[in-house]
Amino acid sequence: MQRLKPFLTFGLLMAVFMLSGCSDMVVLDPKGPVGEQQKDLIMYSIWFMLFILLVVYALTAFIVYKYRDRKNHKGYDPDNEGSHLLETIWWIIPIIITIALAVPTVKTIYSLEGPPEETKDQKPLVIHATSVDWKWVFTYPEQDIETVNYLHIPEDRPILFKLTSADSMASFWVPQLGGQKYAMAGMETELYLQADEQGTYEGRNSNFTGEGFTDHTFDVMAMSDEEFEKWASETNAEAPELTKEQYDKLMLPGHVKEMTFSSTHLGFVNHVDEADYAIKARERLGYEPLIPHSKAAKEKREEEKKKKQEEQEESESHGDSHAH
Amino acid sequence: MAHAETHDPNTPLEYRSETGRLNILGFWIFLGAEVALFATLFATYMVLTHRIADGPALGELFEVKSLLIQTFLLLTSSFTCGLAVHEMRRHNVKGLMLWMIITLGLGLGFLYFEIQEFLHFIHEGANIGTSAAWSGFFVLVGTHGAHVTFGIFWVTMVLIQVAKRGLTPATSAKVFITSLYWHFLDVVWIFIFTAVYLMGMVMHHG
Amino acid sequence: MKWDEFFVTGDPMIYGADVSIVLTMVGILFYLTRYKKWKWLWTEWLTTVDHKKLGIMYIVSAVLMLFRGGVDALLMRTQLAVPEAKFLDSQHYNEIFTTHGTIMIIFMAMPFLIGIINVVVPLQIGARDVAYPYLNAVSFWTFFIGAMLFNISFVIGGSPSAGWTSYMPLASNELSPGPGQNYYLWGLQIAGIGTLLTGINFLVTILKMRAPGMTLFRMPMFTWSSLVTMVIIIFAFPILTVALALMSFDRLFGSHFFTLQGEGMDMLWANLFWLWGHPEVYIVILPAFGIFSEIISTFSKKTLFGYKAMIWSMLLIAGYSFLVWVHHFFTMGSGAAVNSVFSITTMAIGIPTGVKIFNWLFTMYRGKIQFTTPMLWSLGFIVNFVVGGVTGVMLAMAAADYQYHNTYFLVSHFHYVLIAGTVFGCFAGLIYWYPKMFGYKLNERIGKWVFWLFTIGFNVCFMPQYFLGLDGMPRRVYTYSEESGWGPLNMVSTLGGFMMGIAFLVLVYNMYYSFRFAKRETTGDAWGGRTLEWSTPSAMPPFYNFAKIPEVTGLDHFWRQKQAGKVEKLTAKDIKKIHMPSNSGVPFIMGSFFFVLGFGFVFDWIWMAFLGGIGVIGTLIYRSFEYDDGYYVSVEEVLETEKISK
Repeated sequence: MQRLKPFLTFGLLMAVFMLSGCSDMVVLDPKGPVGEQQKDLIMYSIWFMLFILLVVYALTAFIVYKYRDRKNHKGYDPDNEGSHLLETIWWIIPIIITIALAVPTVKTIYSLEGPPEETKDQKPLVIHATSVDWKWVFTYPEQDIETVNYLHIPEDRPILFKLTSADSMASFWVPQLGGQKYAMAGMETELYLQADEQGTYEGRNSNFTGEGFTDHTFDVMAMSDEEFEKWASETNAEAPELTKEQYDKLMLPGHVKEMTFSSTHLGFVNHVDEADYAIKARERLGYEPLIPHSKAAKEKREEEKKKKQEEQEESESHGDSHAH
Repeated sequence: MAHAETHDPNTPLEYRSETGRLNILGFWIFLGAEVALFATLFATYMVLTHRIADGPALGELFEVKSLLIQTFLLLTSSFTCGLAVHEMRRHNVKGLMLWMIITLGLGLGFLYFEIQEFLHFIHEGANIGTSAAWSGFFVLVGTHGAHVTFGIFWVTMVLIQVAKRGLTPATSAKVFITSLYWHFLDVVWIFIFTAVYLMGMVMHHG
Repeated sequence: MKWDEFFVTGDPMIYGADVSIVLTMVGILFYLTRYKKWKWLWTEWLTTVDHKKLGIMYIVSAVLMLFRGGVDALLMRTQLAVPEAKFLDSQHYNEIFTTHGTIMIIFMAMPFLIGIINVVVPLQIGARDVAYPYLNAVSFWTFFIGAMLFNISFVIGGSPSAGWTSYMPLASNELSPGPGQNYYLWGLQIAGIGTLLTGINFLVTILKMRAPGMTLFRMPMFTWSSLVTMVIIIFAFPILTVALALMSFDRLFGSHFFTLQGEGMDMLWANLFWLWGHPEVYIVILPAFGIFSEIISTFSKKTLFGYKAMIWSMLLIAGYSFLVWVHHFFTMGSGAAVNSVFSITTMAIGIPTGVKIFNWLFTMYRGKIQFTTPMLWSLGFIVNFVVGGVTGVMLAMAAADYQYHNTYFLVSHFHYVLIAGTVFGCFAGLIYWYPKMFGYKLNERIGKWVFWLFTIGFNVCFMPQYFLGLDGMPRRVYTYSEESGWGPLNMVSTLGGFMMGIAFLVLVYNMYYSFRFAKRETTGDAWGGRTLEWSTPSAMPPFYNFAKIPEVTGLDHFWRQKQAGKVEKLTAKDIKKIHMPSNSGVPFIMGSFFFVLGFGFVFDWIWMAFLGGIGVIGTLIYRSFEYDDGYYVSVEEVLETEKISK
């Protein structure tokens, strides 16, 4: 028993920690019905798992303590080699647990394929999200506007994201709104999300895409319907148009600041049908990928480091301003 | 390493030494791995078969004549290979050599027509870099062709050994194993014939 | 590639590595020359076909790789300890996590277990060697060369940086140019050949070379687990071979399997990779299960509980392992039906695994448990592996997985199964069979320190990562912001990582200490074992293993003999001459040619690859014409080795 104490204490501490810290963790603090369903499923499974751990640990502690080798050892039976009854029990119990977990899982899987139950009568807002190393291009076809690295969405309305990628395989994820889905070149995947609360949520690509992966992020601003409509029509009237040249430049690997346009790229390319568009655009612009350990690549990295530092210093001296 | 030898005349020569028995079993298992390898290549080919990008469709370039000649040559070679092993069982070294050399000749013929066909495809603008579908085609059929090439060299090596040493439990096990390999390539070809050529042509013309 | 870019330059850590590599090389060369060890090295090790020596070489290589992969891990943990750290830049970090993952799975976990299998399985089944001793040497050298080829990438040409999963199109020429990714492809390809050959070799060995009387259902559980593992290898590795070859074609010859151009399909790579990758997980866990079964039974002094259920559950797991690969990318949008099916198959794997856990627990029930270090690792396995297991079931629930995927929750889960399962198993097995390999035990006191340091460090390192994952921290980011709030838990995790590092050093010290001071074993039965490997009269079995092949009458034959007081003593008239295979330098030479071939392809120098290929074929032809039937060990020599007078 002495030997197992650290394990048990640690496990208990962790369980307490886990349950008390739940509400702080983004995945367990959802702000929309999609994330909410996932949170419910996660919590449901966690209780099962804690129960399983408890049973196994209690049994381990009991057996290890009782049958440790000591003087006056009792109950030793070297030829005890099985018991049909016991073995049947521990074939059946896991099967029951599996079924208990499988039913809500399958239900949730199917439910997540469509818009959330409570708003399924509303027409979802369609937004195309396109990943390009290492930025996100968001297209609002109905509003005829396009943004880069940020999203505005109306609250309480399902959003249908149509995901694709211009190059590497990315994963579109806004943890507080719901789970992720891949964005792949030459493919279109669909993901429904919805925000029930106004606010700014962090979104990102969570699938490794190379050097700039860490900063492959975007912000989602959920606002009231009126505010959203106002923003959309203002943008449509005031923001510059997206030219093909400009779009091609976006195809170059790298990070860019947030951008806004009053037209979309769907006029000149649909990455779903043209998986090699970005590669061709890079060729047109004379871009050559650099071997990571070549001199040119190193110089470029140094340069970028310097630039980043300067930017940081600048933003520190001017104060951070995030105006769109 | 056990080293028991059997002299029971009812046991085929290649099974008489422990090494021979082990090697034959091991080779069967290796063929199991080869099945997994070709299955993966077939699956890849099937997934990619319609992804022709700007290149020609697969069935568009296939030619019945060349296909039938290749198939005829390879199937016949499998038959002659079987005859060779039959002769080996009768301890007829000459018969074995003769039928095996015919097998090799047929194999070479198969390769010749396959290479001609590949050159023809390349001439018509379809090479490994044309599209995903053609990549799948060249690698699947090419892997089979590479196996046949390897087999030709291998059988040749084994025949030289038979010529030098005569039929012993060791050499006969080698001949037997190469024959298993050869039949296996034949089976793979039947799948290629059906899944690549026939289906390709049916889909294109039908 | 320009010549001045051939060597990786510009990083002080890499210069440090360069210097230490050169110094180590010089040191080894000096030692070998000074003490006239060249001949010894060649005849005893480089040309050996003895399964025990090959096993030891596998294990030594694996421990070296554990060191390399561990250093990678600590570099990562150092970078992540605090927010916005500047210790590593993004490119360097990406290279390190790529090599960490690849090395730990392919060049550490697998060879470690294959090493133990090499040493133990022929002994457990009462055989004198494996079915194909020569092929066994080829397996080792191709593995070793593959590992070396992969490892030199960090000083020559640059390491791969697309992750150990190398998803396309990220790993394509356009997005990952240069030799780095080629190292991954060819290092794995060459090592993979060795693994496949091992699979065939040991499957035939176990099927055909068992001692008389040892039916399949009398085989020790470790042998059973090896048998099942070999079957998985035989069907899984060809898939990897093809996948790697196709990517190599994409990179070298412009084909379009997975590329953005030519309508290539990146999802195909993910499918092929995991069609191999998931069975691979079981390749590295099942032998560990086997090790725990042996140890728990031995130190509970009791027959394994539910022997047949253990076997059937293992066969079920092996079958399932080919039916769950989609759970690695539930987020690919395959649709509700597909995800539901794969959710259920994945959860179903938990059933036989749970059965095994309970069988281990009930092996101890009514036993007489001794807390030796191998037993501590086994108990630690049960307690920690369950955590990995239950979180695995959580990840199997596709709808929830959309939130766990690509986060530290996943990272923590697979470290809980791979460390608490595989690494604990490797350590347990190494300590348990150490006297079989070297004739003495590792020091138990130091060993217990290692266990507690490592196990506590492991939990401190990885438990926080579950919470980081739930807090949205993605895997593979090289840094994170202050505002994310992930700083404190990451710091804790890093401390745990370093604790594991210290534990590793203490383990190595223990090897040195025990080499110097441990009491040498005088019998073959160091722990009171149950299976045939413990029945040899000397601690380290002679090269022919058994002077007389034992005849087996039941499960745990040796144990039952001891209980009945009927252990047979060898007498002079039992001894007959013994047939053994000859040593050969060809496998080593073949391996060297493979290196030339691989290196040529890495740098796209086709002429060099061609020369290497010719060399490999040359060695194959040489072997084909070589009729070496081995040799006989005379009765006199056996008697002398066994110390039996006539």
